Amino acid sequence: MTFSKRSLITLLILGIIIGSAYYFFATRGITYIWHWEKIPEMLFYHGAKSAEDAAPRLRMGILMIGFVLTLKISVFSILFAIIIGTIVGIARLSNEPVTKGLSLAYVELIRNTPLLVQIYIIYFFVGSLLRLSAFAAGTAALSIFAGAYVGEIVRAGIQSIHKGQMEASRSLGMSYAQAMRYIVLPQAFKRIIPPLAGQFISLIKDSSLVSVIALADLMFQGQQAVARTYHAFEIYFTVAFLYLVMTFTLSMATQYIERRLAISD
Amino acid sequence: MKRLVFALLVAVFVGSLSLGSAIALTPEDIAKSSALEEIQKRGELRVGLEAGYQPFEMQDEKGNIVGFDVDMAYEMGKALFGEGGEKKVKLINTAWEGIIPALMTHKFDIIMSGMTVLQSRNLKINFCTPYYYIGQCLLIQRKDKDKYKSYHDLNKKGVIITSKLGVTGAFTAEKLLPNATLRLFKMEGEGALQVANGLADAFIYDEPQVRVFAAMYRDKTVGIYEPLTYEPLAWAIRKGDPDFLNWLNNFLAQVRGDGRWEQLKEKWFVEYIIEMAGKQKQ
Repeated sequence: MTFSKRSLITLLILGIIIGSAYYFFATRGITYIWHWEKIPEMLFYHGAKSAEDAAPRLRMGILMIGFVLTLKISVFSILFAIIIGTIVGIARLSNEPVTKGLSLAYVELIRNTPLLVQIYIIYFFVGSLLRLSAFAAGTAALSIFAGAYVGEIVRAGIQSIHKGQMEASRSLGMSYAQAMRYIVLPQAFKRIIPPLAGQFISLIKDSSLVSVIALADLMFQGQQAVARTYHAFEIYFTVAFLYLVMTFTLSMATQYIERRLAISD
Repeated sequence: MKRLVFALLVAVFVGSLSLGSAIALTPEDIAKSSALEEIQKRGELRVGLEAGYQPFEMQDEKGNIVGFDVDMAYEMGKALFGEGGEKKVKLINTAWEGIIPALMTHKFDIIMSGMTVLQSRNLKINFCTPYYYIGQCLLIQRKDKDKYKSYHDLNKKGVIITSKLGVTGAFTAEKLLPNATLRLFKMEGEGALQVANGLADAFIYDEPQVRVFAAMYRDKTVGIYEPLTYEPLAWAIRKGDPDFLNWLNNFLAQVRGDGRWEQLKEKWFVEYIIEMAGKQKQ
């Protein structure tokens, strides 16, 4: 727990220093009138959403709506990316030429084309044929995109485990699948946690591209709030902070898992 | 790899075939395939917009999409579905880059988003009769009111013009005011603020926004509303749908004639702008 606390304090101090320095210099350099008091109602407000809405209660404001969508699409995409990535990672090491070729083609095709184009194709073409909702198409595009990278990370993780581990398991009478499942993958998993965390953090930030298919994510909602109120810096700082909340929580979670797994070493 | 590419090509070919076979041939088929029929069958009007262009369409702090175009969409809903029809209007808020592809792939029926009729755009989609004419206008310092009567007076060396990066305002300034210095900002609010703070002589931007800024910084700035460009705004629909186009143009004529238009114009271009400006000032 000591490491986590220290990193938290480091981050906090860093944030305070950079923030106050920026605030000090920026407010002197430019004539910008800060309106931080406008931000809380963009997160939560108590009241009715519209005139005919009878029940006033605590509701999400413009930025929180975006935060929830970004969080939802990121969580789903990360889960599917892990599934796709594990399958692809194992398939890449297969001796079967078709499996090997297909997984290689998938990785190369997805990694070497822009995510934005993939989102367009999945929503406007595949989505129109299969009648996918915007959310489903967005999640699919992000999962497929991240899945290719996760696949390579998984493959590297498996290959980093000494051949002897597999050979020993096989000679003990385990099948290839059993050896993978009980011996190789658990060891590989431990090693791939740091690169996986990095991959998922970029996935959270890449998710802002889905606004082109009518998904009001955090960045998009922030831009629209700026377009109406012109409180540009207050809103963008808040948006950045909300992204930080998501990514930092993920970092902390992976560090926790790493420590837990390190016990068995 | 080769096999995968081949499979993809086949999928695209089969897909385009099945889409292609849906194209109507007789006048009855054309009428049946109109978006108008689709909307009535579905019982819902889907409107595409990007809510970042006040006072036409914007999102308030609560996340409600409101504005001139939005109210017009509700009127359209009432005209289509009768009393309570405004509840059958679904607003789809999407980023600008994706708005035309989404219309073309039937994700919504109409774009009502203050879209300028460009001839290049018109090659891809159809526009109704324009409903609003917008021009680039100038915001100048109040003390220069008598010095700068028209844009000609600003076309001098040493004059500083501000606008937003990559918008019509910036291109217009380059064309009409080549002698002045042009400073472009990422956000239009910054450009207007420069004029209010006395750091620039004029800010060039779309008329409604200039009106907002002129009201916001009433003591320090004043707008010149002589339009420098001709930019008609119109609703956009898919190509090949004469029935829907006919319905929309007649709807527009009706709304214009029976007073609803003036009422909404007053609500969004006068009352709203004054309210906004008041909010910004405090």
